[in-house]
Amino acid sequence: MTENIVIIGGGQSGVQLCDSLRTEGYVGAITLYASETHLPYQRPPLSKDFIAEGADAVALPLRAERFFADRAVDFYPGISVTSIDLGIKTVTLSDETSTNYSSLVFATGARNRTLTIEGSNLAGIHYLRTLDDATLLRGELAQATRTVVVGAGFIGLEFAAAARQRGLDVTVLEFGPRPMGRVLSEPMSRYFTEAHTRNGISMKLGEGIAAFGGDGGRITSAIGTSGTEYPANIVLVGVGVIPNDELASAAGIDSENGIIVNATLQTSDPDVFALGDCARYPHAQTGVMTRLESVQNATDQAKTLAKTLTGYPANYDSLAWFWSQQGPIKLQIAGITDGHDKSVLRGNLQANKFSIYCFRDTALVGVESVNSPADHMTARRVLTSGFPISPEQIADSGFDLKSHLKAFELADRG
Amino acid sequence: MSMITYHHENGHTDLIVAVAGTSVMRAAVINGVEGIIGECGGQAMCATCHVYVREEFLDLLPEMSDDEEEMLEITASPRDEVRSRLGCQLKITTSLNEIAVDVPPMQVQ
Ligand SMILES: Cc1cc2nc3c(=O)[nH]c(=O)nc-3n(C[C@H](O)[C@H](O)[C@H](O)COP(=O)(O)OP(=O)(O)OC[C@H]3O[C@@H](n4cnc5c(N)ncnc54)[C@H](O)[C@@H]3O)c2cc1C
Ligand code: FES
Repeated sequence: MTENIVIIGGGQSGVQLCDSLRTEGYVGAITLYASETHLPYQRPPLSKDFIAEGADAVALPLRAERFFADRAVDFYPGISVTSIDLGIKTVTLSDETSTNYSSLVFATGARNRTLTIEGSNLAGIHYLRTLDDATLLRGELAQATRTVVVGAGFIGLEFAAAARQRGLDVTVLEFGPRPMGRVLSEPMSRYFTEAHTRNGISMKLGEGIAAFGGDGGRITSAIGTSGTEYPANIVLVGVGVIPNDELASAAGIDSENGIIVNATLQTSDPDVFALGDCARYPHAQTGVMTRLESVQNATDQAKTLAKTLTGYPANYDSLAWFWSQQGPIKLQIAGITDGHDKSVLRGNLQANKFSIYCFRDTALVGVESVNSPADHMTARRVLTSGFPISPEQIADSGFDLKSHLKAFELADRG
Repeated sequence: MSMITYHHENGHTDLIVAVAGTSVMRAAVINGVEGIIGECGGQAMCATCHVYVREEFLDLLPEMSDDEEEMLEITASPRDEVRSRLGCQLKITTSLNEIAVDVPPMQVQ
């Protein structure tokens, strides 16, 4: 059979995989199906620059338009895969045609978790995942004066900060005790609560959403679990995502909160792979089954999978890193801080320029940096090289991390 | 209409017509100019849009923010004290309506 790698999903990971397959020298056919009709675009700006006042009208693409022709990728925007027959290695498409594959890759991403409570169908309640979502949101923001954000996750807070910069009254409702509580260390969460509050955002922690109030079919308020009513003429809901794994499980591929893959990103069917937001994989550093939602994860997994698919099986073991821009605050995270038992601050909290180093059993597992990109880049090198560093050294402001790291890297290489 | 010229190490050049408000990074990504990545989408957080600005345009450039200054310390290709900038921070405006840059050999370590 002729080689045809079929990729489902034209997002960050699917497009990177097309690119990396050609870089690795793959000469067979590549077929890319994408539900969205747009030229594939970058999602991160959608909750940042794209909704700022006077922002560029067009989304930032992942690649130039001619990329697909240049790399001989058969790209089908607006065509979804609707079912898969693993036995005869065929995908069926939304236009009712079908195609054979030699290898199949799920790059289907995730979709927003939605609320079904009283008033959740009112106009003016938004979610943010796609360019279409962002375009709609941006259009309505021009008239809005008060917003309630449901959920203090990354996207909710990025939106909150951008709305504040546009001069809106902003209230954030968070059911949990602290913002970004699933991922950030406790002191970093606290910093963000204070910084956003200083910035004029009303942070309501421990306050869930109970219902929405409306008038003539349009949102007028959000009602918290405490019973308090918060007036709003626009609402953004950011309460997490659900991985798009139903297509895989319907075909008989093991899935549970994501498509389950091994270290080479292979699913329970040897000819089928999954990567990016939709995949759950054994994390190389922690050993825990992990599903991450980040550009780094999508990009690096695609680079690794391209090796496997061109005959050089490779385990995915890249260091995780992430960024978020919340108004004037740049947050960058290196590593996975889950389950850390000690955190040490380095830098100047008052000057909004510092990093928090997270340790587990005295080993550094992750670093969170605020407005300190150089700290972040150094942290990535420390974590990748395995340079042993103690909490005491980090706590010592006189300790020159960069030059010690350099010496270690040189010794390691020599 | 403004013109951005990207010079590559192999002698190849890309001439891109850009509109006001577009950055040197954005115009490169939209038009598929090799060697400029723009991984963070223009937030001055990745330094994969590093360029060396040609001498004759240096006077026209916007001032450098602290963030950009710090990022330029950690570029994959060595920083040029005079000519290095982040492409995402160079926006086409009435005062900067033409620019030429050299694309560094590496954007990722
Ligand atoms: C608003 C926003 C801001 C973000 N900001 C950041 C940030 O600052 N930093 C960061 O690191 N990450 C950020 N992220 C996360 C990052 O964008 C994602 O992790 C990344 O896009 C995941 O890539 P992916 O390829 O797995 O999925 P996606 O990019 O979501 O692509 C999946 C694609 O598959 C398509 N698809 C699904 N099912 C089918 C089917 N059956 N047939 C055909 N096509 C299908 C979908 O329509 C979608 O286009 C942000 C995300 C959002 C939404
Ligand atoms: S695009 Fe990331 S620093 Fe310019």
